[in-house]
Amino acid sequence: MIVVIDYNVGNVKSVCNAFSHIGCDVKLSCEAADIENALGLVLPGVAAFGYAVRTLGSLAELIRNAALGGKPLLGICVGYQMLFDQSSEYGLHNGLGIVHGNVVALPAGRRIPHMGWNLVRVPEDMDLFASVGRELHFYFAHSFYAEVKDNQARIAHTDYGFYMPAAVQKGKVYGTQFHPEKSGETGLKVLRNFYEICEGQNL
Amino acid sequence: MLTKRIIPCLDVKNGRVVKGVHFLNLRDAGDPVELGARYSDEGADELVFLDITATIRSRETIVELVEKVAENVFIPFTVGGGIQTVDQIDTLLRSGAEKVSVNTAAVENPHIIAEAAQRFGNQCIVLAIDARRAKDQSAKWQVCVKAGTGPTEIDAVEWAAKAEKLGAGEILLTSMDADGTKEGYDIELTRAVGSAVNIPVIASGGAGKLEHLYDAIVDAGADAVLMASITHFGNYTIRQMKEYLASRGIAVNL
Repeated sequence: MIVVIDYNVGNVKSVCNAFSHIGCDVKLSCEAADIENALGLVLPGVAAFGYAVRTLGSLAELIRNAALGGKPLLGICVGYQMLFDQSSEYGLHNGLGIVHGNVVALPAGRRIPHMGWNLVRVPEDMDLFASVGRELHFYFAHSFYAEVKDNQARIAHTDYGFYMPAAVQKGKVYGTQFHPEKSGETGLKVLRNFYEICEGQNL
Repeated sequence: MLTKRIIPCLDVKNGRVVKGVHFLNLRDAGDPVELGARYSDEGADELVFLDITATIRSRETIVELVEKVAENVFIPFTVGGGIQTVDQIDTLLRSGAEKVSVNTAAVENPHIIAEAAQRFGNQCIVLAIDARRAKDQSAKWQVCVKAGTGPTEIDAVEWAAKAEKLGAGEILLTSMDADGTKEGYDIELTRAVGSAVNIPVIASGGAGKLEHLYDAIVDAGADAVLMASITHFGNYTIRQMKEYLASRGIAVNL
């Protein structure tokens, strides 16, 4: 079973719907026992960073420990941004610090938020995208992005007038700035890959 | 490269999709969930559902609709119509909407934009502007509220810029003059608003031919084009629109 972390932000339900739709066993929960027993965790998030971190509260430590213990974790959008050390959205806020880097405002000189479908170029060795393709359109909606400063992280990029990280992988910790749950069939394939990674961990 | 978006709009009244001309003379266009799923399959980039009944009872209906759409459609969708409080926005986002659009409530209380943006992030707050060319000289285009029935003294271009400062993440700009006419988007209005803000602008109202989509994107600088009549009544499929735009050199997600 995959546990989608239930905290008071948008899109938790969309993520559950997407996993259910592709036939994955998914549970929306904020209980410590569920988090410990889960094959893998998904940290969604449609919210401002500070609000999301505050709302996550003590769950943050549980999620961090589970991820550091090798449990697959997928962060989506603000859930992805929270994997990093710090964000400067509406003041400075600390993230989970699992992947090193800082979340900063998109540079001026373009429409912000970065909103819509952009082409993501995937390096060869990211198993989240296995058999999906190397150049894929995904749906983005964000004003901040992560400057990844972690030499253990593999990174997929997109072009928004600069070379912007769109997804990371560090061990079994995954994150996507885009929304796989809202990226049509391509996005559903990525979620299926994550589910298979989680199941593989358990074998 | 970020692609230009094709966004079918589903005006929902009493649980059915309807479409009118100049906001009047509504025709039935089908079931919202079925139509939404069909557009998603055809390659729509996003969907917009506008509850044009917007009564207290219809608000419960729209939450149920959002839940049903979210179970069946895996592309982003925006919900709007009659939203008055941040808690209502919260409910709709939690029910599965990606974005929520506000119109009348933001005109009456602009602070709702700031409050919602700080809680949910700018990217999910869409300011819907219904604008029409002012008859007097007080403003070039005036903002209308209450589904087009309430003219205000507010200048549409200035309002868009103010809403951006407050934290709106996108402008859904409907020309009431062009709406339902199939004679093309209001290029001048769209360009004026698009130049005044740095957030994405969705052009709405007037799409009738494929060239109109191109004109809104290239001549008016729209980031996305919204349409209703020409897709609901089968004039063009989403794929035809995208293939046309791609053939003229515009980046789309085909």
